[in-house]
Amino acid sequence: MRFQLIGVNHKSAPLEVRERLAIPESRLPDTCRELTAYPGIEEGMVISTCNRVEVVTHTANGHADLRGFLHDHFHLTPEELDAHLYEFREKDAVRHIFRVASSLDSMVVGEAQILGQVKEAYATARAVGAVRGQLDQLFSRAFAVAKRVRTETAVGSSSVSIASVAVELAKKIFGTLQGKNVFIVGAGKMSELAARHLMAHGCASIFVANRTYERAIGLAQKFNGQAIKFEDLYSTCDRADIVITSTGAPHAIFRKEHGEQFLARRKNRPMFFIDIAVPRDVSPDMGKLDGIFTYDIDDLQQAVAGHIADRRKEAEHAEAIIASEVEKFEARISTLDVVPTIVSLQDHLETIRQAEIDRVRGRMGQLTPEQEIAIEALTRGIINKVMHTPITTLKSAAKESEATTVVDVVRRLFNLQVKGKDAQRESKKEEVGTRQ
Amino acid sequence: MSLLWLRFALACYFIGLVYAFVALNRTSDLFARIALHAASLGMVFHFVSLVELFLSGQVVWASVHNGESLLAFFSMIFFMVVYAIYHTTSPGVVVFPIVFFLTFVAAVDQQPVLLTTFVQRRGWLIAHIILIFTGYAALVLSFGASLLYLVQERRLKSKKPTSLISFLPALEVIDQIGYRSLLLGFPFMTLGLLTGSVVAVATYGRVDFLDPKILLSLLMWAVYMLMVFTRWNSGWRGRRAAILASFAFVAALAAWAANYFSTIHRFAAL
Repeated sequence: MRFQLIGVNHKSAPLEVRERLAIPESRLPDTCRELTAYPGIEEGMVISTCNRVEVVTHTANGHADLRGFLHDHFHLTPEELDAHLYEFREKDAVRHIFRVASSLDSMVVGEAQILGQVKEAYATARAVGAVRGQLDQLFSRAFAVAKRVRTETAVGSSSVSIASVAVELAKKIFGTLQGKNVFIVGAGKMSELAARHLMAHGCASIFVANRTYERAIGLAQKFNGQAIKFEDLYSTCDRADIVITSTGAPHAIFRKEHGEQFLARRKNRPMFFIDIAVPRDVSPDMGKLDGIFTYDIDDLQQAVAGHIADRRKEAEHAEAIIASEVEKFEARISTLDVVPTIVSLQDHLETIRQAEIDRVRGRMGQLTPEQEIAIEALTRGIINKVMHTPITTLKSAAKESEATTVVDVVRRLFNLQVKGKDAQRESKKEEVGTRQ
Repeated sequence: MSLLWLRFALACYFIGLVYAFVALNRTSDLFARIALHAASLGMVFHFVSLVELFLSGQVVWASVHNGESLLAFFSMIFFMVVYAIYHTTSPGVVVFPIVFFLTFVAAVDQQPVLLTTFVQRRGWLIAHIILIFTGYAALVLSFGASLLYLVQERRLKSKKPTSLISFLPALEVIDQIGYRSLLLGFPFMTLGLLTGSVVAVATYGRVDFLDPKILLSLLMWAVYMLMVFTRWNSGWRGRRAAILASFAFVAALAAWAANYFSTIHRFAAL
């Protein structure tokens, strides 16, 4: 098990760094190819989302220079990059991948999107042949673990971030968000995130109003929405069911009289104001109107806090699942590691046996069927007895950390060549060669 | 025999009643399922009871108690339809107690039959009864929904994190349940009143508008129409709609109670 992983995520690196590392989807196949061509790397794939960029590899000796790869690939100096990187090896890398796939490492813990993104990254890398035996094992297991975490814990169901609490509240008001309109007042990161969440849950269209009209246009384009001039805010706002407001205005921009106007024009259909501005954009007496629901940043945070207790319990449960899955996977993959050695050991001895039998046959002339059977049984018996201890040792060593040493010793003692792996290595060399 | 089946149904509805009280305080999926099954079983018994009643002769249809039984049954049908569409048992919080109460009154003893005199146009009478009760049942559900709307609205406005977890469906879903039953019930109620007048005119040659039963029925119908109109015209919902619905419901109760002292509607009971 020689997995190695390097990357940045929303916790380790600011957006500016992640932006520079982000790899567009169209470039992913080439990056994967480049990765597998890098010295010491047998298999590799790249996960690139808005919150993380990770390079996952299976290496020849467990010590590939992944930092070097990143520096080369992104043309970044170690000073610019290294402080933000995290690196995991072997078991830790496995655990990390399981956690990422299960959405425990996400900004919004439990959000389901990440699993799809990892699956896509996996499919891309697989299509170009960058993922084969080992990473294949790792990711198939990771997807199974993610499924298990989702079905056995409530991590996926309880929302955690402010944006998803906003979505949950909107759902409590409107039931389904299908066909609902969203109005963003004041283009900011938080409101964009909230809008993104709402759109992901089926909201139909989006309006954006901003003091600087150009920014409104920019944000509206991102969502295929419509930019509204700030002067037209009050005359258009009633078209939205959900209003996310985050302007830097010193006073409330939505007051009770506006709310009354909106309700009259909307025939009293409810409206939901998500006010994430400080100071607040929506005056508190708005919320007293029938059919208008206002949640300011404190209300939302309170709602988030209410969820955190539940979530922590669920996350602990999920971590326990992952820990046990990591153990299981490790045991399984190590056994897989020794299997080729055992097979070639058996092959090796069988060849010797056959050769010896042939030699004896030459010397003794024609044998009776009884004699044939006796020789066969005798030689096979000896081989089996001799092999028994090495094989059991190999199998039990597989679960220990000394596995590679034992495997190496056995291989060297018997001068074994493991077919599968060497064949893979050969074919890769050819591949690299043809590309150059 | 019909009464016996009705009492079985009552026992089943009792579980629904208990659910209604429990659901107000805490959410339990298991209990909701149990209540749902009990209610379905209750409906089977109830149906058997009504069929027996029907087979025993149509005249008995028009007794107050049998009417209550019929109304309870219709309300349950509405509840089940809502469940089939929205997958929520929450209207049960209001519907179950009302159904239980109606069934209870109907099941305690057999009241003397009211419409023993011959009535002109028996077919119209039966249509009147079915239409009016469908209208009543829709009103019961609409009233229940408007109360739930208030509860849910209050929860959302209280902004307490725990209030997010609740057995109630989304506000707009409750609103839809209420509005749709309102819309559905209105034509039934209107036609019910019209067929009733036809029977009255055929029997008495006139409609006595000063009779408490008729007066209250008209009042109820007026409030009903007001509800539909305000909703259609200016989208009244929430508090205002709940007040109107309560008003209509009280008027309906009064109109029902008027059976006991109306001279016209009991058709002199001779």
